[in-house]
Amino acid sequence: MSKHHVTTTINGEPMEYLCEAQQTMLDVLRDELGLTGSKEGCSSGDCGACTIIVDGNITCSCLMLGVEAEGRKIETIEGIAQGDRLHPVQQKFLEHAALQCGFCTPGFIVAAKALLDTTLNPTEEEARYWLAGNLCRCTGYDKIIRAVLDAAAVMRAEAGR
Amino acid sequence: MPRVNFAAPATVDEAVAVLAGSSGLAKVLSGGTDLLVQLRSGRTRPELIVDTKRIPGLIGIREEADKFVIGAATPGVMLSANHALDHAWPGIIEGVDLIGSQQIQGRASLAGNLCNASPAADSVPAVIAARTTCVVAGPGGSRRTVPAEQICTGPGRTSLGKGEFLIEFHIPKPRPHQCDAYLRFIPRTEMDIAVVGCGVNVTLDAGGTCTDARVVLGAVAPTAVIVDEAAQALIGHKLDADTLARLDAAAQRATKPITDKRGTIEYRTKVAGVLARRVAAIAFERAAAR
Repeated sequence: MSKHHVTTTINGEPMEYLCEAQQTMLDVLRDELGLTGSKEGCSSGDCGACTIIVDGNITCSCLMLGVEAEGRKIETIEGIAQGDRLHPVQQKFLEHAALQCGFCTPGFIVAAKALLDTTLNPTEEEARYWLAGNLCRCTGYDKIIRAVLDAAAVMRAEAGR
Repeated sequence: MPRVNFAAPATVDEAVAVLAGSSGLAKVLSGGTDLLVQLRSGRTRPELIVDTKRIPGLIGIREEADKFVIGAATPGVMLSANHALDHAWPGIIEGVDLIGSQQIQGRASLAGNLCNASPAADSVPAVIAARTTCVVAGPGGSRRTVPAEQICTGPGRTSLGKGEFLIEFHIPKPRPHQCDAYLRFIPRTEMDIAVVGCGVNVTLDAGGTCTDARVVLGAVAPTAVIVDEAAQALIGHKLDADTLARLDAAAQRATKPITDKRGTIEYRTKVAGVLARRVAAIAFERAAAR
């Protein structure tokens, strides 16, 4: 079983790698490409710690094969900040202290960023349903939701300028 | 995960050829939200995985005069975002929207939900209730059209033969005063598997009397079940107390549930009747509003 050659785009950069068919996208990101921001929590699509964006849709990278990335556009937590400038979601997570251990945080930030890419004015209910696939075991949901809604307000203000 | 071969064919016939030519178990990959979990747990040990998403038409929604043609691997997010489909069959979209999280919705497909053959699959009851047919491709260029209710034969088992896979769903468009609804019962509000699911599809006359109906229950038998007796309870009637009572009783009689951590046989039986009443009320209201 030879390795598969994959050509893809990750965080805006063209990327090529070799992987075996049974390697998940999460395995490839972490073990082949050194992008260890995406975390392996449950490995069954329940916890969302491995959330990435594939062609605009959030996906659990533990439920996608590395070979499936061929020709796709992938965004990971490593691509959310613009250089030294944090994304508003990241900034608001800091300000609201929306994390404790931090293991779930990359998944939450990627998922929330994807929500705000399409909806700058989510209701609290919409944000909570959108993030239902991200689990936090340090009991941080309230601060997380506040941070996301506050980030949306910042982005609305920026968009209005 | 154990080693496996992988193919991403560009045509239906190429996919059939690799599926049929595999010496061991070959599994079709659409969204992978069930398959990858089963691979990791060792529940399935395929020799070959065939990704169908590169085949033109396997992802996408096409509207024809009398039906929607939906590519088998079309992810939930695309189905929910299709306003014409959501308007025509809100019950089908309600079922699709209940499958997992937003992350799962980005990948999970109708064909995967159906062919994984879980009795609790949320998209299946309303899809069957709408009299959906499936186009199955197979060896020798064969294409057969199969009613959606004939795909699953039991938990984890389908009627598909070696080399066969599902390429399209054909969902008829609603007639005047026809609509559907789907509800599932779970002990929480999100991210769970149905204790009972129920899809109801009804057609009314101008006066609000039911002229045609299909009632389908999920998670109460080895496959989703079409409850003919429940449909007969509705046809020829408005949704009055007597009709609802007969619907409830028919739904309860059609169940052959198991007891598991989500609910006992008695509980599932009772809930099947309650859900059938609630879902029928929503479907009637929607159909009457058209």
